[in-house]
Amino acid sequence: MGGSMSDNDRPILETRSLGKRFSIGSRFSAEGRRAVHAVDNVSLAVRRGETVGLVGESGCGKSTLARCLVRLYDITDGELLFEGEDIASKSLSELRPLRRRLQMVFQDPSASLNPRRRVGDLVAEPLRIHSKLSSRAIAGRVAELFDLVGLLPDHVMRYPHEFSGGQRQRVGIARAIALNPDLVVLDEPVSALDVSVQAQIVNLLADLQEKLQLTYIFIAHDLSVVRQVSTRIAVMYLGSIVEEGPAEEVFTAPAHPYSQALISAVPVVEATPGGARKRIILNGDVPSPLKPPSGCRFHPRCPIAVERCRTERPELKERQAGRKVACHFPTLS
Amino acid sequence: MILSVRDLRVSFRTEDGPVRAIDGVSFDLEEGEILGVVGESGSGKTVSLLAVMGLITDPNATIEGSISYKGRELVGLPARELRRLRGNEIAMIFQDPMTALTPVYTIGWQIAEQIRAHRSVSKAKALERAEQLLAEVNFPNPHEAMSRYPHQLSGGMRQRAVIAMALSCDPALLVADEPTTALDVTVQAGILDLVRKLRATHNSAVVFITHDMGVVSELADKVMVMYAGRVVERGDRADLFSVPLHPYTQALLGSIPPLTGEKPRRLPAIPGSPPSLLRLPQGCAFGPRCPVRYEPCATGKPDLGTNVHAAACFRVA
Repeated sequence: MGGSMSDNDRPILETRSLGKRFSIGSRFSAEGRRAVHAVDNVSLAVRRGETVGLVGESGCGKSTLARCLVRLYDITDGELLFEGEDIASKSLSELRPLRRRLQMVFQDPSASLNPRRRVGDLVAEPLRIHSKLSSRAIAGRVAELFDLVGLLPDHVMRYPHEFSGGQRQRVGIARAIALNPDLVVLDEPVSALDVSVQAQIVNLLADLQEKLQLTYIFIAHDLSVVRQVSTRIAVMYLGSIVEEGPAEEVFTAPAHPYSQALISAVPVVEATPGGARKRIILNGDVPSPLKPPSGCRFHPRCPIAVERCRTERPELKERQAGRKVACHFPTLS
Repeated sequence: MILSVRDLRVSFRTEDGPVRAIDGVSFDLEEGEILGVVGESGSGKTVSLLAVMGLITDPNATIEGSISYKGRELVGLPARELRRLRGNEIAMIFQDPMTALTPVYTIGWQIAEQIRAHRSVSKAKALERAEQLLAEVNFPNPHEAMSRYPHQLSGGMRQRAVIAMALSCDPALLVADEPTTALDVTVQAGILDLVRKLRATHNSAVVFITHDMGVVSELADKVMVMYAGRVVERGDRADLFSVPLHPYTQALLGSIPPLTGEKPRRLPAIPGSPPSLLRLPQGCAFGPRCPVRYEPCATGKPDLGTNVHAAACFRVA
């Protein structure tokens, strides 16, 4: 795992104009069969060792993108490269050796863990499928994994329902890291947990990243959690990335009007409310991806939209070192 | 005083034995005041407000204590009497607006029906009022929204429709149970704004239940923090957030990652998870997770006392 400079610079995972369309409706309905662009023209490079936070509101395509990245969904447009190799068109059997290097943790651990199997068994499953370890070696590795994620050795014999939400998510994480992956996609890993438990899991993920040199793609709608874990942020709106940049910079000085509204809308604990923060309240709702607005997709809700925004769609371009914004009038210092 | 709850206790008989979901909750609410109730799942925040609304109909439930609304005792009030209050003087909004709307009627019809259930007005008048209400909760096109079915609206708009319905009879008390939890933050910001505006225009008292400390800090005048069926801390918003007294409140606030300023390398997490109500620890329920516990915590249950800003903790005397 010797990481030379060039190794660090080359993205471990990269998408080029990646798109995912779902077709909906029936041939016999009034509108006929239509395509929804759930993810539209996403180009994102993830470098080794970093955590890229994907944020955006429900329906913005962040979970769909996550599933495309690990090929749980087939990609309809563009390229998906893992260590420079295109994996978008690989067959399932060709993908198999890659699966161990690309793992995913889901939001709801009770839905992703088979309730009828013991958790030790669930964590051992990826090892049995992908490695040639003896059953004794597997048991040893499971014990090691349980220790890593903060579960007790005798927990292996329990069933998922015997655990609290936080512990179940620890099982989900143990399963994801069992094969020493390089990259883990975390789709809302703490959203279903009680507030007092979230911090434990956030800390655990940070520890594991350090110990196992993991690269994370972290999806959450809770912006303060995303800020805590991410080195870089990509803000999504209606299937596309509207802003991307170093986490600290995006949070302190968001450049896209949508990022500004999103960050300003987060309620924070203050003894005197309203303090220094100014809230931007957006008009209306996220439009349907079936009928995306013309031009800039954010223009109907944008407080600074002008005529040009209605007709011309802004490209995601680097406007400042490391900061990409898809807006005709970004706020940059 | 619009609402005064004294020593409310709610328990359920279950297959695994009796569960005390609420264990001695007391609070007061004045006209036009917003009370924020915060707690994690199982802390009893929802059950205590369902009790206030008289919505606990489970035959295995026992409700003790006193709930006095404008001086009138609600515990033991016949269902008919309660129904006259509910949806009229006392309104409620829930987390999932779909559970409060019927999918087979239009929004306008549903709001008008609500008005006609409590007021003797003509159908035309009720529909007219419904449209006014939709405008009041900031529907971009209230006239068109009248003929919409719930499934044709977004989550945020559905929640606005439910709020319009709750306001239809000018409630003196509005109980909101996590009304923004299922919504996106930008939509949530609009709804919180709306609740603030309603308090200003209707002078309704609001009880706002949430697990989000940020929401409470932005909205509430008074705050009540619950843990395992008991109130562990209460106080005015400014006092409680500037000087939290209870170790649980302190730890909970400390474990929320900051949105601005320096980022801690590790979050100060609370060990363990909230206890099951079936197996509550002896003594203080937060004891096993508490960083400052000492001998008395293992045996006695600390009281909240009588201070305006108070914490149920032996360390805070």
